[in-house]
Amino acid sequence: MATTMDDPVTRRDFIHIAATAFAGVGAAAALWPLIDQMNPDATALSLGSVEIDLAPVQEGQAITVVWRGKPIFVRNRTPKEVEEAKAVPIDELKDPIARVMGLTGEEPATDQNLTKGGHEKWLIAIGICTHLGCIPKGQKPGDERGEYGGWFCPCHGSQYDTAGRIRKGPAPRNLEIPPYQFESDTKIKIG
Amino acid sequence: MAHQSNYQPKTAFTRWMDSRLPVIRMAYDTILDFPTPRNLNYMWTFGGILTFFLGLQIITGVILAMHYTADTSVAFDSIEYLMRNVNYGWLMRYTHAVGASMFFVAVYLHIFRGLYYGSYKAPREILWIIGVLIFLAMIATSFMGYSLVWGQMSFWAVTVITNLFSSLDSIVNGLGTAIVQWIWGDFSVSDATLNRLFSLHYLLPFVIAGLVGLHIWALHVPGNNNPIGVDLRDPKREAVPFHPYYTAKDLFALTAFLLLFAYFVFYLPDYLGHADNYIKANPLQTPPHIVPEWYFLPFYAILRAIPSKLGGVIAMFSSIGVLFFIPWLDTSSERSARYRPIYKWFFWLLAIACVALGYLGSKPPEGGYLVAARIFTAYYFIHFLIIMPIVGVIETPKPRPRTIADAIFKGGGQASGYAAQPAAAAAEKR
Repeated sequence: MATTMDDPVTRRDFIHIAATAFAGVGAAAALWPLIDQMNPDATALSLGSVEIDLAPVQEGQAITVVWRGKPIFVRNRTPKEVEEAKAVPIDELKDPIARVMGLTGEEPATDQNLTKGGHEKWLIAIGICTHLGCIPKGQKPGDERGEYGGWFCPCHGSQYDTAGRIRKGPAPRNLEIPPYQFESDTKIKIG
Repeated sequence: MAHQSNYQPKTAFTRWMDSRLPVIRMAYDTILDFPTPRNLNYMWTFGGILTFFLGLQIITGVILAMHYTADTSVAFDSIEYLMRNVNYGWLMRYTHAVGASMFFVAVYLHIFRGLYYGSYKAPREILWIIGVLIFLAMIATSFMGYSLVWGQMSFWAVTVITNLFSSLDSIVNGLGTAIVQWIWGDFSVSDATLNRLFSLHYLLPFVIAGLVGLHIWALHVPGNNNPIGVDLRDPKREAVPFHPYYTAKDLFALTAFLLLFAYFVFYLPDYLGHADNYIKANPLQTPPHIVPEWYFLPFYAILRAIPSKLGGVIAMFSSIGVLFFIPWLDTSSERSARYRPIYKWFFWLLAIACVALGYLGSKPPEGGYLVAARIFTAYYFIHFLIIMPIVGVIETPKPRPRTIADAIFKGGGQASGYAAQPAAAAAEKR
């Protein structure tokens, strides 16, 4: 194919661009395994589940269990704490969204959305402060629980209420609620 | 002023080598013969001290890696074993741990030397930027090294710092969490995390060594700045060869610095660390009061001074990021703060702010501590973003020696066999 001075775009230019673009795509594709190897592997991804017997947890007490390497707060709230949690108007919350794994992320952070119907006294939450990942205080009887009676993070002073909602301090979000079901009235399965 | 090579190969071998790979010439030109201003003070000795400490950290680090096991179940115990049983293991570990602290002592003095004498200004912008990159790599390396101990402070430092990236969730939902889990290789700080931290902790010092090579290369193109901030005009009169003059001076300063280092290694080895790091990592219990190593405290104070999570993270990274731009933020034509009557005060205010932030970073973020941290954080940024550009324009520099020769041969007498400038020239402005 003859080219002239009037036709600056040649067949050779096209081949150069096509070859370079193809090599670029190939190089980017080859890079992906190098990045993806760092992601959680199948063992870590396999959710795993834990069953927890709630019977020994008395009213007002709390226990911490481990699921996916994370602490899970299991708290048997007093009727007063439940009433207080229910009475909080949503527009007063710093984060108005119910951070429940499996929900769409649109539901408001009402106490109803954060607990299971018929089992309102149980609050099950991932015990990791949404600020920088510390474990808030408030599980043990003598712990500081902050102004809202829930949890108090010792690292940077975030305070959560009895429904695990952020009320004060630098944390941006409510405590996350893991996926769980009640197997019976005194037993839950997380995961 | 990349200087002319004065190297003369003397033997048949060195002549043969010189025409094939002139490494001997390069070493001669950079280490032995390099023309260095005669008027450098002791603040110019930290470059050599830092190079020494980089070497020391690499040697002790390679040795420690021979005894360390990067596995969450035994990492902590492998270090206790090293301390108690391995021959001189305690010395290797304390040298490495205290060495990291001394590395930061020296680098902070080196950075403030550069800030005071305007060593970042043209034509040394690239030299300065490479220096900031080295500082960033040092931060990453020391953070990862601290995590390997796998004590309570190690574990929670990794947790808190890696969680900084989750602040991106407030920009794109899920992005921050995805990045954090990619860093962890799990849903929490785990065995996978410890292994990659170890791998990168071993890698980064060699990256630093490469950057140091570039730093020295970039230094040797314009040559050293000096306390009066004037370029060399007449190297024959104003400069001396690096060896033996500055090799001897640097070695003397290094020896003095090593006394301080040895005092800490042998008498206060744990003084700069935190007692909680002698408790094995426990993912279910956060220590009551998390603090980073002392050299990160000012940045930690900035992080906590901002009441928003993303804002705090941005402020903390910006506090280092802003350093990249100061060659252009400083509008003054005068390099050395010695001749800048207004800026000099602001410089010391900055130094006080940094020390104060360091103190506040070790205190809980509440009450007066938080208010003070906010004030000093504000000053830190105002200093670079507002004061530096404005003061450079409104300030009239004080008279300074026109040349280095004027500064060192004042009085008009003969010095070192060279004719000195008349005394009147010393007061003359450029």
